[in-house]
Amino acid sequence: MSDAGLLALQVRTTNKAFWRNPASAFFTFAFPLMFLVIFTALLGNGMVEVAPGVEIQQDNYYVAAMAAFAVITATYTNLAISIAFTRDVGILKRTRGTPLPAGIYLGGRVVHAILISILLVLITTAFGIAFYEAEAPTGVLLWELLATVVVGAMAFSALGLATTALVPNADAAPAVVNAIILPLLFLSGIFIPLGEDAPTWMKVIGDVFPVKHFAKAMLGSFYGPPFPFEWSDVLVVAVWGVAGLALAIRFFSWEPRK
Amino acid sequence: MSDRAIEVTGLRKTYGDLEAVAAIDLTIDVGEVFALLGPNGAGKTTTVEILEGYRQRTAGEVSVLGFDPAGRARALRERVGIVLQSTGVDPYLTVRETVALNASYYPSPRDVDEVVELVGLAEKRDTRVLKLSGGQQRRLDVAIALAGDAELLFLDEPTTGFDPGARRNAWEIVRNLTALGKTVFLTTHYMDEAQYLADRVAVIAKGRIVAEGPPATLGDRHLAKSVIRFRKPPAGDLPPEIASMASKANDELELTVTDPTRVLHELTSWAVGRGVELEGLEVSRPTLEDVYLELTGGEAGAE
Repeated sequence: MSDAGLLALQVRTTNKAFWRNPASAFFTFAFPLMFLVIFTALLGNGMVEVAPGVEIQQDNYYVAAMAAFAVITATYTNLAISIAFTRDVGILKRTRGTPLPAGIYLGGRVVHAILISILLVLITTAFGIAFYEAEAPTGVLLWELLATVVVGAMAFSALGLATTALVPNADAAPAVVNAIILPLLFLSGIFIPLGEDAPTWMKVIGDVFPVKHFAKAMLGSFYGPPFPFEWSDVLVVAVWGVAGLALAIRFFSWEPRK
Repeated sequence: MSDRAIEVTGLRKTYGDLEAVAAIDLTIDVGEVFALLGPNGAGKTTTVEILEGYRQRTAGEVSVLGFDPAGRARALRERVGIVLQSTGVDPYLTVRETVALNASYYPSPRDVDEVVELVGLAEKRDTRVLKLSGGQQRRLDVAIALAGDAELLFLDEPTTGFDPGARRNAWEIVRNLTALGKTVFLTTHYMDEAQYLADRVAVIAKGRIVAEGPPATLGDRHLAKSVIRFRKPPAGDLPPEIASMASKANDELELTVTDPTRVLHELTSWAVGRGVELEGLEVSRPTLEDVYLELTGGEAGAE
């Protein structure tokens, strides 16, 4: 079988196993929509100032923010936890003994995570259109959104792979992963929009890490002007992705950590 | 193309101050079934995982099918099948899907259904791995190793945890492999497994090979003394020569001899001549297990 065929088979196999674990699949899909409903209900229908002088509807803000959250869950969180699991039960070690190149095995997992991300963005958008009067991006915006989703999904996948090096075992994986990503999601305005009066340290943290840049690019490509879409945000996310990939290549372990 | 499948000289592996493998030499011919026998912690798994390419050696030369396994060449891995001691497969895939997936990695795999049948999982082919028993999962491990039709197979304690029937089946599978001309590198701590399967056995203890040879002559077993035992006859004195050699344990007499044929002849002629029945008469030679226990310093059965 050609390497392209092997990659396609890995994606298909990962997909099969994903849907056969309904609990995990359910939460991947349900969380973003659940949070969309909860946060919109909690924080009402006011306006959010997303940049100096730029305001958008709170529920529209959450449609894009939860789409960003969905991408991060499907890539960073899911990959880090599920790869720690496959490492612990010895699937990675076994695969390492076969002729299948490492890049094709992990590539299959990453491509699957990216496809799930795109599906989640579609579902979140459809939900937003149906219940929150969101408008689907068109034209240039659509391409900007697609680029943002794909770059973001790749970058957060690479960071997820790198994070497995910090996970001692599968039982600890959810705790480690959430300890990293949950504070960042809050500090980056995913759950509660950061106004101009947010503390400086919070803004600084948001500016350094990729989550806020990713959310900004998602919002910008979702709504278009006057909301600013800046390619520099996508670039920051991409740089984090490259750094994540380098760390993953250096520190990734195929065998359970003792 | 040499007819050596594996060649190892001066292999060493240290973990800090711990010397897991200390200067091992091994050669395994193409088509041979070779068993590395030893107690846990003796260096079996370290050795086999260096040969499989999982671990880097500290020193020494290693050649597997003409490759250095440390280079992890795909061309080498396409010719090698591996059963590791404890490895998982995706719990949500079925038996058949799992074997087919692994077969797809190899250039000329075996027929998937045939392999599933061979390990006795035909009835479970559409069952998810999740629902297999421990023994069935181990058989799936073997099926995965066979799927690629590799010419060299590493089996690291392949039957640990099998019930006697399943072990017999696994042994038949290994025997069939040799009929196909495959080379098998087996590690085990079961004496009978090594005896039944292996053309050649090496005993490893504390990182060193302490004996090597065909199971029948391992540790000069064939030259070792035989033991003749029988219950002390109720009447009559034993011939003086025998009486002088015998040692007594309870009612049992024991003779340790180098020429059992002659001694036995003398003993039984005497008994028949007197019309005495020698109760519990037996002649035994050291078993492979006795030799192994002696070689490894009585660490067998550490598991």
